[in-house]
Amino acid sequence: MKNPLEKYEVVIGLEVHAQLLTKSKMFSEAPNQFGANPNEMIGPVCSGQPGSLPIINQTAIDLGVRAGVALHCKIHEESVFARKHYFYPDLPKGYQISQYERPYCTGGYVEFALKDGSTRKINLVRIHFEEDAGKSTHASHGTLVDLNRAGVPLIEIVSEPEMRSSEEAGQYLRKLRSILRYANICDGNMEQGNFRCDANVSIRLHGAKEFGTRVELKNINSFRYVEKAIDYEVGRQADALEQGEKIRQETRGWNATKGVSEIMREKEMAHDYRYFPDPDLPPLVISPQLIQKITTEMPELPDAKRVRFIEEYQLSEYNADVLTNSQELADFYERVAKGSGNAKSAANWVMNELLGRLNAVGKEIDDTPVSAENLALLVKNVDSDKISGKIAKTVFDEMFASGKSPDAIIAEKGLVQISDPAALEAVVKKVIEASPSEVAGYKAGKTKLLGFFVGQVMKETKGQANPGLVNDLVKKHLDG
Amino acid sequence: MDFNRLEILDLLEGYQRKEFSPTEVAQSLLTSIEKKDSEIRSFLQVRPDVTLDAARAVEKRSSEMQKLPLYGVPIAIKDNILVTGWQATAASKILKNYVAPFTAMCVERLESAGAVILGKTNLDEFAMGSSTENSGVAPTRNPWNTDRVPGGSSGGSAAAVAAGFAPASLGTDTGGSIRQPASLCGLVGVKPTYGRVSRFGLIAFASSLDQAGPLTRSVWDAARVLECMAGYGGKDATVSRSVVPKYTENLNESAFGTVRNLRVGVCTSWLEGVDPEVRASFEAAVEKLKELGMRPVEIELPNVKYALSTYYLVATSEASSNLARFDGVHYGYRTPNPKDLNDLYCSSRGEGFGPEVKLRIMLGTYALSAGYYDAYYGKANQVRRLIQQDFEAAFEKCDVIASPTSPTTAFKIGEKISDPLTMYLSDIFTLPANLAGIPGISVPAGVDSGKLPIGMQLMGRHFDESTLFQVAYCYERRRGALANPPWRSKSGAGA
Repeated sequence: MKNPLEKYEVVIGLEVHAQLLTKSKMFSEAPNQFGANPNEMIGPVCSGQPGSLPIINQTAIDLGVRAGVALHCKIHEESVFARKHYFYPDLPKGYQISQYERPYCTGGYVEFALKDGSTRKINLVRIHFEEDAGKSTHASHGTLVDLNRAGVPLIEIVSEPEMRSSEEAGQYLRKLRSILRYANICDGNMEQGNFRCDANVSIRLHGAKEFGTRVELKNINSFRYVEKAIDYEVGRQADALEQGEKIRQETRGWNATKGVSEIMREKEMAHDYRYFPDPDLPPLVISPQLIQKITTEMPELPDAKRVRFIEEYQLSEYNADVLTNSQELADFYERVAKGSGNAKSAANWVMNELLGRLNAVGKEIDDTPVSAENLALLVKNVDSDKISGKIAKTVFDEMFASGKSPDAIIAEKGLVQISDPAALEAVVKKVIEASPSEVAGYKAGKTKLLGFFVGQVMKETKGQANPGLVNDLVKKHLDG
Repeated sequence: MDFNRLEILDLLEGYQRKEFSPTEVAQSLLTSIEKKDSEIRSFLQVRPDVTLDAARAVEKRSSEMQKLPLYGVPIAIKDNILVTGWQATAASKILKNYVAPFTAMCVERLESAGAVILGKTNLDEFAMGSSTENSGVAPTRNPWNTDRVPGGSSGGSAAAVAAGFAPASLGTDTGGSIRQPASLCGLVGVKPTYGRVSRFGLIAFASSLDQAGPLTRSVWDAARVLECMAGYGGKDATVSRSVVPKYTENLNESAFGTVRNLRVGVCTSWLEGVDPEVRASFEAAVEKLKELGMRPVEIELPNVKYALSTYYLVATSEASSNLARFDGVHYGYRTPNPKDLNDLYCSSRGEGFGPEVKLRIMLGTYALSAGYYDAYYGKANQVRRLIQQDFEAAFEKCDVIASPTSPTTAFKIGEKISDPLTMYLSDIFTLPANLAGIPGISVPAGVDSGKLPIGMQLMGRHFDESTLFQVAYCYERRRGALANPPWRSKSGAGA
């Protein structure tokens, strides 16, 4: 179907698994650390040894509560851990400790902007705690199991099926990730699987009241793929409906290489997880005092920061939105703005020059070769007429390439703006003497020729002349 | 010196008087195990070198004897409790050759109190059974009469103490697995309040019911072992942080004053169907309690008639989950040539588990299945709460509740093994305490005409082991010595 969106409405709900930034695992003292050799970061609890028992990691609970507060959820004073059973080699106990009927958070929402400037608010169903499973690697000689990830604390954030386009899904995820990163809950690294997303996608005719049959999409490990995978799935479902087929309730995996979703399992094969309250763990109690403490200690979150940037730095909505996208970027911008004393100019340099350049070479703000202090210095140099705006771009290029300070580059290359009238006067005289016909033309009333003389002076001075001063001097000599 | 008959208190006094040493005692007991346990089959593993090394290590600390309440006391450990370096098989083929990578909290506490590990004892596979006939290794025999079962599931632990191989042992009790074998072997056995003893290092059967506890030849000995093994250790979220009382401090003449005027609850309707000799013994025991000044009160426990069905839903459900980890992937038995992953699971579990364990896993899996959960597991938990309320109401009227421990004395090996329901009835008096989480103690209350021991059970309020011990202690003194227990027989290993 050429454009399925004309006929069908898309319904998307997202389930996000976010690993919590704790030192140890959810239910044991084993370290929560990525990148170690296989099975080195494990203890008896991780490998499900008989006789081992889970003990709740309070730091994980604190981070979970922080997420609940940041996402405006109702945090329940009592919630219950439950066992979810299935057999798989990377699940050593034969069950995963999760929360089922009584999660610690319900409700809440994520609010974000779309490209057209409108805002959307997506409600959450719940957030619950669970432990991660290990990792299976299927090699030619068999399957290898690494339990380093087994027992890593997770929160699963489940949205209502309220998103209506892949763009909304993408923006929801970006905002959610940004909030979790701001509050130091999760590092948001999608490639390492620290922030994972499953999408429930269905379509229905515009105006229909009933939801269509939903398909669960798994293995989406980048923002780019979220939108691609959803668009592909919407197209696939629309094609199927157009051909008179029924959508089957199934789980599909996104194959990024082929750019298609592939069936993983059908509903008939769905597990009966036999959830029941974990008898090893008493109900989880989260006191109002703890919630109060965590609320008080909450760092500034993206929405609050955006509002502050608009007020404090007189930024446009759009600029404020971009600059608060991540904590690192916002911090970088604030250092440039404060260091230069020119918030507006700082915003332009960061957004138009620096981000554009970083984007072109595929780098993040963390990897910028230009420090905030140096960028602030560059802005100051322009504002104090030490260099012209045009020269500043040349200096920035060099800063981005070498990481040197603007002053060093200006000194090295002799780029300081010439603002000495005596020095410039000689050049102006030289230019006027060399162009008798243009002088005649100017005197005959072609005042537009003023630009010609200024241009020639700038050329003679390799662009270093103070343009305003040159203008004045040329006028003085021609008119005088 | 005949160490087989000595109680913990006797050993401690002997060490104090330097009559003998921990190494001598351990060596002597190891020798009798070697000579005589082939008939009883109470031990699954002994490591004489390790035990003697431990005894010698304790002996070097003889100057600290006063600070070591179990100085040089050899203790046998049920083989579903982990002790570093020792096997922990739960008497199952699926854990054959499994060596414990850490030590259970309760054992760690005993060791730091000076106890010496004597060996690992037999049990019904994964503690599922009431006769130790379900052991994946071999059945254990009752030292009072070797044609009879020792009870179960802690049958190996009970037989080891009754035979004179060990002065004390640890068992686990999920539905009566300490108290029933204690009763059938003429011993004292304690199932502590749920949450009194850490379950860390116990191979879980039913996590909301399991508790470890001691089997000994006297009430004082049981109190001493429990006061050492109980308490919070930071590794089990269900353990109480409340201070563990020094139970033995009150076990002297002062106890008689405390016990006088306490009310003992008896539920007469519960006694129907009990073996007449057991009933007569029980009634005689209640008379003795009256002689101590206690007042019998009739109590109602209207929902205990559902205890058996409730128990077999709760316990099997939890077991089906707890035993999911034995899948042949990470440790334990793995089928030799699996076709694929599914076959690896099915064959490893199919070949590794015995029939009773499979039966219970299937029952529990069914009870937790979508569509059946509410009717079975959910309903069972509602009834469990009613049973808890029955006990709460009863303890408004009385201070302890007395009942027989087991409806019969030790039955013959093979007699009930083919009929699980009859076997399950062995535990009707003990199951309710596990469901309610309250403590229970079994004390010997005489023998039947076949010279088989009979036990009386006393149950108490949550965390009120102190009262149970004091009542049991006074009763034990009033009752007098047992007639011809196997640990006092000349041959040592009993009949």
